[in-house]
Amino acid sequence: MLRFANPTWFMNFSARLLPWLVGLTALLFAIGLYMSFFTAPPDYQQGETVRIMFIHVPSAWLAMMCYGLIAVSSIGLLVWRHPLADVSAKAAAPIGAVFTFTALVTGSLWGKPMWGTYWVWDARLTSVLILFFLYLGLIALRNAIDDEVQAGKLSAILALVGTVILPIIKFSVNWWNTLHQPASVMRMGGSTLHSSILYPLLVMAVAFTVLFFALHMKAMRNEILRRRVAALRITQVDEAMTPQAAE
Amino acid sequence: MMDLGPHAAFIWMSYGVVIGGLAALVLWLIHDGRKQQAVLDDFEARGITRRSAQSGGTE
Repeated sequence: MLRFANPTWFMNFSARLLPWLVGLTALLFAIGLYMSFFTAPPDYQQGETVRIMFIHVPSAWLAMMCYGLIAVSSIGLLVWRHPLADVSAKAAAPIGAVFTFTALVTGSLWGKPMWGTYWVWDARLTSVLILFFLYLGLIALRNAIDDEVQAGKLSAILALVGTVILPIIKFSVNWWNTLHQPASVMRMGGSTLHSSILYPLLVMAVAFTVLFFALHMKAMRNEILRRRVAALRITQVDEAMTPQAAE
Repeated sequence: MMDLGPHAAFIWMSYGVVIGGLAALVLWLIHDGRKQQAVLDDFEARGITRRSAQSGGTE
């Protein structure tokens, strides 16, 4: 297990895997977009705007999954103190923020023609907005503290406290009366979507998920490189100080 | 261009935001990776290397 969590092993492994992930992402998006625009019929109620669902729902799923990954990584840092767990948590935050942002904007653009408004302060929309602010908070906290170890620990604690938002987002449409529709794919009793709509959605969801892992892997590689650069700067300063100390 | 009905602008804008947002993220990651690698290469060119790299260790 420790072999897989070794930064050098991860750099070698990810260098080999990343091109395959990129290729798979491109293939899945080509199929998913074709299905979204050419095989999926207009919805009997929503008409053509149902096509927004093929990007809105995967964005929202990834926004939540990414936060879940940050929470698991944070546990890895706080319990096992493994540096790669911290790298994972730090690398995931900007990606999660982008997916949450796109979920909010596409939802808003879907809401205007369907609900007659871009925004309403209902439980689902508001809780996803809070998730977006949580991501921004995690990024800001990292940038505000120079000590990488301290920043990692404090960010991990904030991330774990913030996990309370995940069940609130998921069940908000059941707990409160919201303008947002209830779950129609992942629900007890199975999906309520017709297969002609469900299959393009699932292909796009897999495409988004593979893209996420490719982005996360690349972001982790960048973060490992950044830490190596920081370590070398310290080495450089140490070497510059050594002759002076000898004198 | 395909006919997406009276709400076509909302559909295209949605896809535009997602493509734009993800493209910006990809470009930032590529730029950041190249920047870090360039600094590392510069250190190595000056003979400053990681201790683990010198000893052939794993980190």
